[in-house]
Amino acid sequence: MKKKYRVLGLFSDFEEAFAAIADIRQYKVPGVSVDDVRLMSPIEHPEIEEVLGDRPAHVPKFTLAGAIFGITFGFLFLASAQANFLVQPQGGKPVVPLPSNIVLTYEMLILFGVLFTVISFLLLSGLLFGKKEKLYSEKIAVDQIGIIMELDEDTFEPLKALFRQHKVLEIREEVIK
Amino acid sequence: MKYVNEKDINEEIKWAQINTDILQSLQNPRKAYWIAIAVCLAMLSCAVVAEVYQYQTGLGVADLNRPHMWGLYIATFIFWIGMSHSGTLLSAILHIIHADWRKPIYRFAEAMTTFSLMTAGFFPMLHLGRMWNLYWVIPYVSDRGIWPNFRSPLVWDAFAITTYLTSSALFLFIGMIPDLAICRDNVTGWRRKLYTVLSLGWQGTDRQWRHFRKTYMLMACFLIPLAVSVHSIVSSDFAMSIMPGWHVTSFPPYFVAGALYSGCAAIITLFILLRYFFRLEEYMTVALMEKTCKLTFAIAMVWTYLNLVEFGATWYGHDPVAKEVLISKFVGPFAPYFWAMMFFGSVLPFALAFEKLRRHMATMMVVSILLNVGMWLERWMIVGPTLSHAYAPEAWNFMWPSIVQWAIVFGSFGWFGLLFLIFVKVFPCVSMYEVKEMVFHRRREAHAEVAEKFHRRAADVQQATGRPSVEGA
Repeated sequence: MKKKYRVLGLFSDFEEAFAAIADIRQYKVPGVSVDDVRLMSPIEHPEIEEVLGDRPAHVPKFTLAGAIFGITFGFLFLASAQANFLVQPQGGKPVVPLPSNIVLTYEMLILFGVLFTVISFLLLSGLLFGKKEKLYSEKIAVDQIGIIMELDEDTFEPLKALFRQHKVLEIREEVIK
Repeated sequence: MKYVNEKDINEEIKWAQINTDILQSLQNPRKAYWIAIAVCLAMLSCAVVAEVYQYQTGLGVADLNRPHMWGLYIATFIFWIGMSHSGTLLSAILHIIHADWRKPIYRFAEAMTTFSLMTAGFFPMLHLGRMWNLYWVIPYVSDRGIWPNFRSPLVWDAFAITTYLTSSALFLFIGMIPDLAICRDNVTGWRRKLYTVLSLGWQGTDRQWRHFRKTYMLMACFLIPLAVSVHSIVSSDFAMSIMPGWHVTSFPPYFVAGALYSGCAAIITLFILLRYFFRLEEYMTVALMEKTCKLTFAIAMVWTYLNLVEFGATWYGHDPVAKEVLISKFVGPFAPYFWAMMFFGSVLPFALAFEKLRRHMATMMVVSILLNVGMWLERWMIVGPTLSHAYAPEAWNFMWPSIVQWAIVFGSFGWFGLLFLIFVKVFPCVSMYEVKEMVFHRRREAHAEVAEKFHRRAADVQQATGRPSVEGA
């Protein structure tokens, strides 16, 4: 059974890291696809998606769901509270007053929109209890760019050679199985 | 003109140096920082003593009596709510328009928002007198058969402020996560444990950045209307009543402009203090200070205009009692405070129009504090004169707030200061990753040939894949 490796290459700047990824995209390491590449960086490069390809980020869908939930729950919560309390004399005014409920419902829209956005961020980006990268360097939080991949032993050495060709500063590796 | 090419930040600064400088600020502030902590504690203890006395004796010691049911507590509540506006609102606006000069200064401004709201929240509680009944405002199914009056803007306040506090605290926290990871990787002891928990396992992967960017943008988009709605709702506490001087259509924009104004002035004050306490001259530059001052000047002019609109609408309106309230502000017992408000709010900001003054830190420190004195007086001039000169002539009188009210108001500044100073000592007050982004982009702009190389490379990949550009959120 072939061994599987996890490799982290640390680069001094985006240019070299992107050049390495561009070579992977052009299949210079047979059997390795750009879809397997994960990039770690101290900042988000504006062209990162052009280099790595379009990857999904579903946060806005959760935001929309949160906003809809906020409107619905907000209005129903207020209306049920108001309708429940019929003892208070309304003085001929409606039991469920729309003008004031619009204001409060709007606040609920924002509150739940924000809450759903934050929760989706935590879940989708793998924070909190999500899966973390096993190979991590503290230098990434300073000024280095990391490319991390999981691959088998046939492609392991060619990839390291490619990294070296692009002036990799350091390569860390571990055997997965 | 000699400063026309001055840079907002030195773009040649190394990323590692940014980490070192900012992390160092968590370790060794100047002695003045500790003096400020002591001053804040002393101020806070004044409020604690006054509140204990008021709690034991009853609300009567605050002299809140008919017709002055709302005194300094409510005026100061509005002041602190207003103060909270600039931080998050300006940060969000500048973020969505990609104004990168916000990056070194937005963190402490957002913290200011959160702590201002926490300070503001105390005042309705103190004003309530029977603080132990505070939970009555929560719309739960009550065994007493009492529901809050949902038609009252006071209940709207509770909803709006809770939403704003939650959202702005989350906005502050989410924006800090990458920096908390930097702290986690560079400190030891209890701080490491704290940052490990708070950074939530951030590693800076492309997946995390991708979701982070979208989340931050969406939150910014929500926070802008939210901030406007919160202060509009606070203005409704007044404008939806029929009291003379309060029942004014222009109150919501007037309140929002006043809020932005006092918040910007507070940003200038805190900017200067942090720059000095933590030796952050490299990041909180004079050029950034100038930009903040110009923004403050523009907002001051908007506030002045809305003031004039309010006076004009009252003067030419058909409400003689409202007109009398206005005249009593001009020449009555409140006149010294009213004219002080006008001077500090509308005349003094012209100091911000002069480049030499804008660049002088000590002058700007004094000016920014006085601007906020003016904005506090504005809130008092909203609450006080109307109550002392309303529809019932037999109740016309001038009330000078009691020492208990003054002590609690004074102490609230100590409370805010204490929270803020602790925050900036425990968490980085300058966003490290965003300053790195700022210098990265500015460096690229400065070195056009490098930028061209980057662009070519990205374009090559794009051409090879045929995928459209997805830059931006």
